[in-house]
Amino acid sequence: MSDPSGERLAVRKTYKLFIGGAFPRSESGRSYVVTDTHGNFLANAALASRKDARDAVVAARAAVKPWSKAPAYNRGQILYRVAEMLEGRRAQFVTEVLDAEGVSSSEAARLVDAAIDRWVWYAGWADKYAQALGSSNPVAGPYFDFSTPEPTGVVAVLAPQSSSLLGLVSVVAPVIVSGNAAVVVASEQQPLPAITLSEVLATSDLPAGVVNLLTGLTAEIAPWLASHLDVNAIDLTGAPLELWPELERAASDNVKRVLRPTETEAEWSADPGLRRISTFVETKTVWHPIGV
Amino acid sequence: MTLTAAAIPTDVASSDAALRRFLHGLPGVDQVGADARAAALGTRSIKTTAKRWAIDTAISMIDLTTLEGQDTHGKVKALCAKGVRPDPTDATCPRVAAICVYPDLVAIAKEQLGDSGVKVASVATNFPSGRAALSVKLADVRAAVADGADEIDMVIDRGAFLSGRYLEVYDEIVQVKAACGVAHLKVILETGELATYDNVRRASWLAMLAGGDFIKTSTGKVSPAATLPVTLVMLEAVRDFREATGRQIGVKPAGGIRTTKDAMRYLVMVNETAGDDWLTPDWFRIGASGLLNDLLQQRHKLTTGHYDGPDYVTID
Amino acid sequence: MGKLFDYAPAPESRAIVNIGASYGLFINGEFVDPVDGEPFKTVNPASEEVLAEVSAAGPQDVDRAVTAARRAFDTTWSRMPGRERAKYLFRIARIIQERARELAVLESLDNGKPIKESRDVDLPLVAAHFFYYAGWADKLKYSGYGETPLGVAGQVIPWNFPLLMLAWKIAPALACGNTVVLKPAETTPLTALAFAEICQQAELPPGVVNILTGAGETGRALVEHSGIDKIAFTGSTEVGKAIAKSVAGTRKRLTLELGGKAANIVFDDAPIDQAIEGIVGGIFFNQGHVCCAGSRLLVQESVADDVLERLRRRMSTLRLGDPLDKNTDVGAINSAAQLQKIRELSQIGEDEGAERWSAACEIPDRGFWYPPTVFTGVTQAHRIAREEIFGPVLSVLTFRTPDEAVEKANNTPYGLSAGVWTDKGSRILSMANRLRAGVVWANTFNKFDPTSPFGGYKESGFGREGGRHGLEGYLR
Repeated sequence: MSDPSGERLAVRKTYKLFIGGAFPRSESGRSYVVTDTHGNFLANAALASRKDARDAVVAARAAVKPWSKAPAYNRGQILYRVAEMLEGRRAQFVTEVLDAEGVSSSEAARLVDAAIDRWVWYAGWADKYAQALGSSNPVAGPYFDFSTPEPTGVVAVLAPQSSSLLGLVSVVAPVIVSGNAAVVVASEQQPLPAITLSEVLATSDLPAGVVNLLTGLTAEIAPWLASHLDVNAIDLTGAPLELWPELERAASDNVKRVLRPTETEAEWSADPGLRRISTFVETKTVWHPIGV
Repeated sequence: MTLTAAAIPTDVASSDAALRRFLHGLPGVDQVGADARAAALGTRSIKTTAKRWAIDTAISMIDLTTLEGQDTHGKVKALCAKGVRPDPTDATCPRVAAICVYPDLVAIAKEQLGDSGVKVASVATNFPSGRAALSVKLADVRAAVADGADEIDMVIDRGAFLSGRYLEVYDEIVQVKAACGVAHLKVILETGELATYDNVRRASWLAMLAGGDFIKTSTGKVSPAATLPVTLVMLEAVRDFREATGRQIGVKPAGGIRTTKDAMRYLVMVNETAGDDWLTPDWFRIGASGLLNDLLQQRHKLTTGHYDGPDYVTID
Repeated sequence: MGKLFDYAPAPESRAIVNIGASYGLFINGEFVDPVDGEPFKTVNPASEEVLAEVSAAGPQDVDRAVTAARRAFDTTWSRMPGRERAKYLFRIARIIQERARELAVLESLDNGKPIKESRDVDLPLVAAHFFYYAGWADKLKYSGYGETPLGVAGQVIPWNFPLLMLAWKIAPALACGNTVVLKPAETTPLTALAFAEICQQAELPPGVVNILTGAGETGRALVEHSGIDKIAFTGSTEVGKAIAKSVAGTRKRLTLELGGKAANIVFDDAPIDQAIEGIVGGIFFNQGHVCCAGSRLLVQESVADDVLERLRRRMSTLRLGDPLDKNTDVGAINSAAQLQKIRELSQIGEDEGAERWSAACEIPDRGFWYPPTVFTGVTQAHRIAREEIFGPVLSVLTFRTPDEAVEKANNTPYGLSAGVWTDKGSRILSMANRLRAGVVWANTFNKFDPTSPFGGYKESGFGREGGRHGLEGYLR
């Protein structure tokens, strides 16, 4: 059958979740409509349930051991590979960021470029953050004493609501660079660049389960992650401010490390510093006697 | 304790304490260094004439094994036929060293193999866990020997070993050895359950002191089974034991050795650790099943110059 | 090694490299003919075959290169955001990974080192070094050494790890925003010239990296050039001292990585089989052409006989021969001159009464070779216990107590590295505290990593390469 207009009909992508390296639909069978900033239909995204969150935590936990044991150099190479793959799909991301955030195309391009460079920045930290955050401690006594950072484990990340790609990368990369595994809840209204990013992650030699990505209602999923006893830390960056106290209280049940939300969304283009890495590592100090 | 193994006290097996003193006085094994050495040997490149020699040698060292609950007379017969003539199309292909089966199948294997030169090996002592009364284990061994087993593959009591009851492990090996009569005794350490290379070295010496003829890595039922570093530590042990006592002990890695490349790596390790004296089926065995077909396929490749597929070797 | 299992030749293909008949100098992003330099030949030390003709840069060539580097520093490289410099270095690292096998073969051809080592040690470390410092380029404010580059760095490197030494020099310099003029060693110029091509493939701005081939005279002209802000030298202590004299009273910054005579100390509770590997790797890795080689074995008397017996047995399995054969453990001595030096010092060892034992190796007819050799009965007074031989020759001394081991180990003007073998952790740390050496390996030896600082005490030089510390020499 020929198309009377002479134009080819595009094949649309199904946007799904990203759990344990696979792309499942929500186990709940639910989806929700994602629109651009003008209200035009873009896609039906999967509406993740608490069970999807639970599955994502299981996948993340399984990934912690191999990922945290991987040499720092290897983790850095993989993060750099993410930047390479992202660069290769730059045009696609510019379009998606433009649709999601309603910015100009030049601004969308700038944001995508910054997101790529952000992966490069964190790739470089993989074998350096321990040199910045660790120390050799001159204790008084015949002991060799040193402190090194180790990943905390499974980190739940509530991604920023406004910055759909640069903000997302800026919160995910510092969590995984040290060897943590992440369960990420994407921006509720602008989840599509996040799903596409998960396609990049799936083809960048990143082991399955290191990043798991859920789309849906932050307020619905976040409490389950905040109270989950097998989650070690939670980044509340993208949490609705009215929900923050409740989430932080829930997180205290197993003494999660918590990164609090800010009053207004951060300026993601700024130098990220080390705080987002240091929040999600434990410092281990080792003492050893010195003697013949 | 010096590094030399030359001084084995005469009362080494008089008590747990004496065994502990000796075994814990053996030089330590640095895990990282042992792994690195094994990996380095694994990069040797075996080509052309060397590969041909190594493939045939590897075939001749195989204890062709079937140890399944579903084993039948038919399966054992087929395996025996294959062991005697691995490549029906090529009479120059060597036979394997032994067929390894459960004790109740020894008689059928013996009958099949006859005077082919392929030996019958049997796992005994309540393989693979070894969890049974000593009397039961010894009966298991005697039955297999009575049915014609040339070689017995026993398992040590890992529980006793790990809890430091070395004398118990030692005595059990001594008794099994006695029950073997003329049959050769291979002592399975089950290195996958011993956790450290230090333990592998100690278990190797314990088995050798107690009279084992071979030390063997694994049952194949526990993961990891044979690994290159574990085999390296065991080869160092038999080398040093011979220096100390004059007695030569064989080594058998078993389980997880599936490809020609794997087998080459083991032979390289024997060559560069223990040397020529161990490069024969009398002193080095490989416990395997699927490995044989991969060796045969590689052998075809060397002969014909092209690769063939699984349809061109006989299934077990 | 036994006789039954005779490894057939397994040569790595040489077809992967394409060596030009002659090479110019790499100045301002292009290969150019020398203005006042003479051509010279580089040979394969395993066969004495001429590999290529290369140009020795003269003083005017040095000046051109320094000028190009200065221009690149002023106009592009020092002004570029660290983030962008980083991406150039990542590109270079990736290209090195992509061309790793080719570079490994080229290195083995020109240097004589076994392909096993160039493939599995040198090249992976080269790429890793560029990756590591790429990551620093936009993080200098976290270094603790400031963020301002020095300017133009003149870098002179040795022939033992040609491309790796290049990486150690160029990667941190560029990461910090400096531009470089690098002179590879006279006998091993080819991988540096291949690196120049890699800079072109990476579209590195012209003048950021300049490669001048040549011998000592070229190096002297570079070091003495007034347009240089920083000199980084790796090589002999003798030349290092001369460089230090020549820059005295100038504003040129200097880092030196010089000779060594490392003690490898084996206690009676050492993990013996791994210690033997460490002794062998410590001195026979790269034919002993390693400044941090464990050239003095200090073994506790109670285990000395056992260690030596095991050592000789292990040495008998070393395979000497064609560097391109994948099973070669010991390759060719890099040059006739170096071979001569090794022979002389070995002869002196024998004349002084030390007992010599060499592994029985078949020595090829052509090329420069020296069998793995161990001297026993050596004392602190022997020249072979004091002078750097820079070859596969080990001197064995004994000790009775930890104190004696420390005294003997430190009884040298050098202080680059040391090894300690014992199962006792606290002893490792106390030995490490007391050894006057920049790197102390415990239950391992000759380990290198871009994240780990390397460099010497005393006459082994100053400054560190690798790690965060490696940035210090290139920042103000």
